[in-house]
Amino acid sequence: MSDKIDLQAMSDQYVDVLMELGNIGAGNAMTALAQMLQCKVDMKVPRVRLLEFSEVGAAMGGEEQIMAGIYLAVEGDISGSIMFLLERDSAMHLVEKLMGMPSSGGSEFSEMEISALQEIGNIITGSYLNSLSAMTGLKIIPSIPALSIDMAGAILSVPAIEFGLIGDNILMIETQFSDDQQIAGYFILVPDLESYEKILTSLGLR
Amino acid sequence: MSEIIKVGMADLNICKSPNGITTLGLGSCVGIAIRDPLTKIGGLAHIMLPDSTVIANNSNKPKFADTGITMLVELIVKAGANRSRLVAKIAGGAQMFGFQNKNELVRVGERNVEATRKKLAELKIPILAQDTGLNYGRTVIFYPETGDFIIRAVGKDEKTI
Repeated sequence: MSDKIDLQAMSDQYVDVLMELGNIGAGNAMTALAQMLQCKVDMKVPRVRLLEFSEVGAAMGGEEQIMAGIYLAVEGDISGSIMFLLERDSAMHLVEKLMGMPSSGGSEFSEMEISALQEIGNIITGSYLNSLSAMTGLKIIPSIPALSIDMAGAILSVPAIEFGLIGDNILMIETQFSDDQQIAGYFILVPDLESYEKILTSLGLR
Repeated sequence: MSEIIKVGMADLNICKSPNGITTLGLGSCVGIAIRDPLTKIGGLAHIMLPDSTVIANNSNKPKFADTGITMLVELIVKAGANRSRLVAKIAGGAQMFGFQNKNELVRVGERNVEATRKKLAELKIPILAQDTGLNYGRTVIFYPETGDFIIRAVGKDEKTI
């Protein structure tokens, strides 16, 4: 593995780039979501944050906050993974919207609700990756999404460990959107080291 | 009045009776609780990766099973515990998603548990109990007073190991 890139040192430039990619990517994702839900979705400007591992849980309302995490591997010209997280209640709200009926109730998601959630994750991460691909000209192929509904800390341990291979920080894009309810979603894109380089090069920054 | 000390991801700390020590939302990471039952001095580490020797940027000792456990043991002994009396309990090491993409990260939870067991064996610290693997997150609370290691998970009953 190449160790010529220091995530911390490059972070300023990279955060700027990610901010822009995040903005456009999240915008596209929300447009796709609005189409799917057939409603108007308002979105705030995304925030890109470089966090210490110990701060990650707190940034999402605590390590024990129950979240729905959708996780995909990314292949093609770059490799790595992407995760989209939603608070459990927001996830439930979107599922109800999509299915056009109230939830089955209880604390567990039904099988149908889980596949609806997977589909939401698929569309959001898919349109995010599409815009990343369009801007960089890089081929990006996502895998089938995997879903976990659990404590934020536990879900985030997966991308944190991937970031842990190269440094002590995790890069996160926070988006807030609303239809009739305020919803906070988080994107975490984890390209491997060579992919960082490729993304920057393709954007003419290196 | 006892208090609960909080340990974050890639972090560790010591704890003396009657205080407790906790780490929240362990996923593929492993929580390692160690104590000396006589002095009731103990500690907890929350490690993320199995092996510091294969990572270029490895200065953050609490991040790895090998260097994290060594550091925790040193701190516990320095606080007055007897090295030869130390015992351990471990939890975590789940596989949160049905797949994990990169080869080196396949089964990282399982590999974290293996590396933890190996390091503790090397240091001759017996593992009295463990709650590891499967596919869900765990919050743990450790009391060096009794050695109780309390485990909480979403939608499951709390248990003490």
